Amino acid sequence: MAKRIDVSDLDIYYGNFKAVEGVNISIEPRSITALIGPSGCGKSTFLRSLNRMHEVVPGARIEGKVVIDGQDLYGSDVDPVDVRRQIGMVFQRPNPFPTMSIYDNVVAGVRLNSTKLKRAALDELVERSLRAANLWTEVKDRLDRPGAGLSGGQQQRLCIARAIAVEPEVLLMDEPCSALDPISTLAIEDLMTQLKERFTIVIVTHNMQQAARVSEFTGFFNLAGVGQPGRLVEFNPTEKIFSNPDQKSTEDYISGRFG
Amino acid sequence: MTTTSAPPPQPEPKRRVGDRVFAGSAKGAGILILVVLAGVAVFLVTEAWPAFTASPADLAGGEGVLSYVAPLVFGTLLAAVIALLIATPLAVAIALFITYYVPRRLAAGLGYVVDLLAAIPSIVYGFWGIAALAPALVPFYGWAERNLGFIPFFAGPASATGRTMLTAGLVLAVMILPIISAISREVFSQAPLLHREAALALGATRWEMITMAVLPYGKSGIIGGAMLGLGRALGETLAIALVLSISGGISFNLISNTNPGTIAANIALQFPESTGLDVNTLIASGLVLFVITLAVNMLARWVVNRRADFSGAN
Ligand SMILES: Nc1ncnc2c1ncn2[C@@H]1O[C@H](COP(=O)(O)OP(=O)(O)OP(=O)(O)O)[C@@H](O)[C@H]1O
Ligand SMILES: [Mg+2]
Repeated sequence: MAKRIDVSDLDIYYGNFKAVEGVNISIEPRSITALIGPSGCGKSTFLRSLNRMHEVVPGARIEGKVVIDGQDLYGSDVDPVDVRRQIGMVFQRPNPFPTMSIYDNVVAGVRLNSTKLKRAALDELVERSLRAANLWTEVKDRLDRPGAGLSGGQQQRLCIARAIAVEPEVLLMDEPCSALDPISTLAIEDLMTQLKERFTIVIVTHNMQQAARVSEFTGFFNLAGVGQPGRLVEFNPTEKIFSNPDQKSTEDYISGRFG
Repeated sequence: MTTTSAPPPQPEPKRRVGDRVFAGSAKGAGILILVVLAGVAVFLVTEAWPAFTASPADLAGGEGVLSYVAPLVFGTLLAAVIALLIATPLAVAIALFITYYVPRRLAAGLGYVVDLLAAIPSIVYGFWGIAALAPALVPFYGWAERNLGFIPFFAGPASATGRTMLTAGLVLAVMILPIISAISREVFSQAPLLHREAALALGATRWEMITMAVLPYGKSGIIGGAMLGLGRALGETLAIALVLSISGGISFNLISNTNPGTIAANIALQFPESTGLDVNTLIASGLVLFVITLAVNMLARWVVNRRADFSGAN
């Protein structure tokens, strides 16, 4: 199930503005890859180019190659809708569908994939996904209530449940824990560690300890200067990044001597 | 650390002039609306009262005010419902097309053209209905009578002039289309990006994204727009008076020359020649129209509020 992602010479644009430049990276299957870097350096932009969500923004485009298990993600015969069904995403801000109940939120993706499941199978899937997202005990008595009635952290876990309910091959997470308390954060991290047995996970985080705790590989993005595109400065095993990075700027950023 | 037991005087909360002016004018406008509404209601009731108390034989039709008004109510509702059934899906489709399918530069122009439909005076719609739409529909009515005659709506005999209930409903549909589509467009374009992206990231096609994140969010807007359109359709006078061939009675037949009138068109047609009790009868029918419109609006409110906590407006 898990897939390998190879990115070569990727430039990402918003209209004429080049947001990210020259990314080369190989993301290993069945592992967690963390992306760190200062605000505005293009981490979210890069992440969104991996499931073709980037092109949803009017005028946005990419140059370069993204290959998943040998298949060119941006090939002319590839439907972005299919790409997104295989590559799930959790956003920086929790975004459960406000018009749907908690239950319907969890199964929203499954219903799209047009696999007709029996009610019992759906019930089972909802429980499994919510348990995996560490939310089940809090919501099991109000599955028919609107998802927007949950707290911010609960909403984010609901979004994670929704993303993993469809069993994606790759899971992209953009600062999934920025709205969570430490206990929920740890639960999500445990969850990621379990999920990486089956999925490839890429996570953007501002939390160094989190990157150090959960990831096998870490990529450091940085801006060369104001108005310049972001670049992938260093990509190495997490242990190496946090003990003996190749680049001076990586070390500065990690040790808080940034800027 | 004061020795006195009296609490220090609280500083008066400072109220700015702008706040006071705004609060005052908002309150004034609200009260004014209520006063106008009450005034209209009082006028209608007092002027209509003689028609309710007079002996039935003295009234037009000779069978009392209720049996006079009943076919008119029926005709009003029938024409408005036809218009609504045709216009709402079309307006929603137009609004979706303009907001989510057309390139942005084209969208503004297209929206403007649809809005222009609202600027056409209803007398012009009436002429268009009589002169262009009605004759054009005559062959269709003949076909419908022959092939769909088993459905009561198309029982016939088909009108040779085309001035049927269906033609009137179509004219009304075109008239209310811009209201419904303008309001739908407004709410559709406000559907939060966050939720549209959530749908797309799950692998929704554009249409699935619309059904998951746009239509549910815009539902109350669609209902609101439809109700505004219904309000206009119920009260539309000139276009109906021109287009519809009226003979009275109650009939579901949509393609014939014998149609019930509508309240507003009937008032417009009868009022110039009416005196005395006939005027009171017409005003009584106006009162009924007032009540219907009020009921429609309250129903709409209720529908919109019923699932407010799922509306996504928070
Ligand atoms: N929709 C957009 N349209 C135009 N420019 C954008 C858009 N989104 C992001 N950008 C620009 O692209 C650059 C990278 O933004 P991005 O959101 O990827 O940063 P980030 O690394 O995720 O930052 P953060 O850590 O604050 O989330 C920024 O200069 C930003 O202003
Ligand atoms: Mg970001």
